[in-house]
Amino acid sequence: MASMRDIKRRRDSIQSTGQITKAMKLVSTVKLQKAKGKAENTRPYSDLMYSTVCNILAKSDNVDHKYLRASESKKKAIIVITANRGLAGGYNSNITKLITDNPEISKDDAVIFAVGRKGKELLERKGYKIAADYSEVINEPMYTDAREICDEVLKLFSEGEIGEIHLAYTSFKNTVVHNPKLIQLLPVDPDISSDADDDIPMNYEPNEEEALDMIIPKYMCSLIYGALIESVASENGARMQAMDNATSNAEEMIADLSLKFNRARQGAITQELTEIIGGANAIE
Amino acid sequence: MANKFELYINTPDRVFYQGEVNMVELATTEGEIGIYADHIPLTAVLMPCTLEIHEDGENKKAAVHGGIVEVLPDKVVVLAEIAEWPDEIDVNRANEARIRAERRIASHEDGINMMRAELALKRSLARLGAVD
Repeated sequence: MASMRDIKRRRDSIQSTGQITKAMKLVSTVKLQKAKGKAENTRPYSDLMYSTVCNILAKSDNVDHKYLRASESKKKAIIVITANRGLAGGYNSNITKLITDNPEISKDDAVIFAVGRKGKELLERKGYKIAADYSEVINEPMYTDAREICDEVLKLFSEGEIGEIHLAYTSFKNTVVHNPKLIQLLPVDPDISSDADDDIPMNYEPNEEEALDMIIPKYMCSLIYGALIESVASENGARMQAMDNATSNAEEMIADLSLKFNRARQGAITQELTEIIGGANAIE
Repeated sequence: MANKFELYINTPDRVFYQGEVNMVELATTEGEIGIYADHIPLTAVLMPCTLEIHEDGENKKAAVHGGIVEVLPDKVVVLAEIAEWPDEIDVNRANEARIRAERRIASHEDGINMMRAELALKRSLARLGAVD
């Protein structure tokens, strides 16, 4: 049996780890509340933007537009949104797994636009090409950040450097459910079905093509912004859960070690008593 | 009472306005338009402008800066990148921005700076228009 001192040292160290994880959980909870509120405010905009664009595309099936055509380049730009910090369970690796385990994305064709240091490091180590790093953004995402990323990838797309634009992020359902998602931004999938069952002809101002020219970048921007905001909420949710698990594991271990410690102490007392009694008997 | 329609104004950060209104005035790339209920379906690109909401004889003004508007017979959706109520606007700052932009335009620089200055002027005018 381990000595009393060893057990006590171990228990103390676990106790202080438990205190840290507990504090981190509380911090994440506060941050989650904030991020959740923000995500809820952003969602109507992204949803409306998505349904508007779907509507437009559904009502104009034979538009030949540069953003809707498949480009010749096989290169795929992937905007990868992860966290700058770890200790969030599988949050970061779930996102990178979406890319590394995807048979349609080969290592040579992928061009990574990383938002979040963890994802960048993981993919860099695996040999993916990192084109740009926007890790500062994830601390406090703003709409202008989304526009900056959007402009950069759109420029490459219209120059023909890349043929597809994908977005990997963690969608936030509620505090406990967040799903890693990989979606295609461009070319816009022409098969997107619209919920609009009416056949009202739509008018455009200016003409269809110019309107799409301006609407599609806005659409991408809003999706990227929505993804950034949801990812922040998911990150804090994931960290909160991970830290909650860690805290309860620590408590379990402390209970176990306390029991062992008490047993060892009782054992030591019993041993001492038998020694004293044995000594006293020998004197008589 | 005149027919009403649902108006939704959303920005990336919040639901800016939602309610039943009689008429809304705004500016698209093609010019200023006023929208009543049963307007023909229309999708247009917004310019920075002063948006005016007419609601039962009551008028509300707001500054919106770029975005898109989708008009359907029973509802109008405005997706603006930025939208501000008059009490959120700093008048002095908007005025300064207007003067700065006007000077830049008067100095006839060419290329992207000119476009930027013109947009800045439109934005400041939209803000000032909302405050008046």
